[in-house]
Amino acid sequence: MQAEEFNERKLEVAGWPVNLTSYRIGTEWHCKADNVSPGAAIARAGGATREEAEQKALQRAEERLSKTRRHAI
Amino acid sequence: MAEYAHPETLVSTEWVAAHSQDPDVTIVEVDVDTKAYDEGHVPGAIAWAWTTQLADTVRRDILSKEQFEQLMSASGVKPDTMLIIYGDNNNWFAAWALWQAKIYGHMDVRLMNGGRKKWLSEGRELSKEVPHPEPTRYRAKNADLTLRAYLPQVQSASSSRSAFLVDVRGPQEFTGEILAPPGLPETCQRGGHVPGARNIPWSKACNDDGTFKSADELKAIYGTEGVDSSKPVIAYCRIGERSSHTWFVLKYLLGFDKVTNYDGSWTEWGNLVGAPVERGAAASSAKG
Repeated sequence: MQAEEFNERKLEVAGWPVNLTSYRIGTEWHCKADNVSPGAAIARAGGATREEAEQKALQRAEERLSKTRRHAI
Repeated sequence: MAEYAHPETLVSTEWVAAHSQDPDVTIVEVDVDTKAYDEGHVPGAIAWAWTTQLADTVRRDILSKEQFEQLMSASGVKPDTMLIIYGDNNNWFAAWALWQAKIYGHMDVRLMNGGRKKWLSEGRELSKEVPHPEPTRYRAKNADLTLRAYLPQVQSASSSRSAFLVDVRGPQEFTGEILAPPGLPETCQRGGHVPGARNIPWSKACNDDGTFKSADELKAIYGTEGVDSSKPVIAYCRIGERSSHTWFVLKYLLGFDKVTNYDGSWTEWGNLVGAPVERGAAASSAKG
């Protein structure tokens, strides 16, 4: 068993840069969304296809990222 | 090209693949996302959860000596075991675990360079089997607190500029624009940074594949910000895990003698009554 078709890409979600990592282990696809700075995992999801896993992870990431407040400095 | 000051504190993914079943080696995965291990892990690796097994769950503190001994005993670790730690997010909490192992004097503890990400991206073997190591009766050394900074030391360093304060959070956390990393709960009352700190995000020390940058590159990154071994260095972040990563870089890759991790970090300072806070970019005086 190993991670196959490992892929990383950057995109913007709810106004924040996100690093999306997806790969397949066996028959299951896994996806993890990280905030680019500092690089913490904010959502993880699985699915039968890459698209399904990514969609779930992105939905959860958006829910969390949309709550992030910007403060005046 | 200069070598790391202590190259023996790192092992490669290739080395781990060749030694994962070695009886004198214990491999531990420590992730920010504690569910990652269950997807599949390095064959033979056990997992430590940072939320419950690498912290005192009642007091806000690192493990006590007794708790550390219990963890190591349950993990089948002996004093002469080579402990290899790796994890997600380029080894954030792996470095946190290594820092505590060093505090309690474990002789041989190393990080797998590149962490979980590199192992996965290289398509290396994964296992879902959870090992059940034979328990030991591990005895730790007394805590070496020269590796840890407490609030009074940070207050003194901030007011007297007697040590370099390195804030390893992202720039928006440093300036005070956000109170926590995007997508994570706010855990402080105020944003900003400790007066006198300079911002050198932890991630600058890593290559895209998760491995550490070369010694020359690391020296340039910290040197450009005026941080060198001429004074003690105190690293901090939000809760102390990212700063343990930077602590590892400064202590073992660059060989700085006096480096401490302020694990109270911004969740302590940013909630203190009456503590001075700087907002925006680092004050120019901080570079002096």
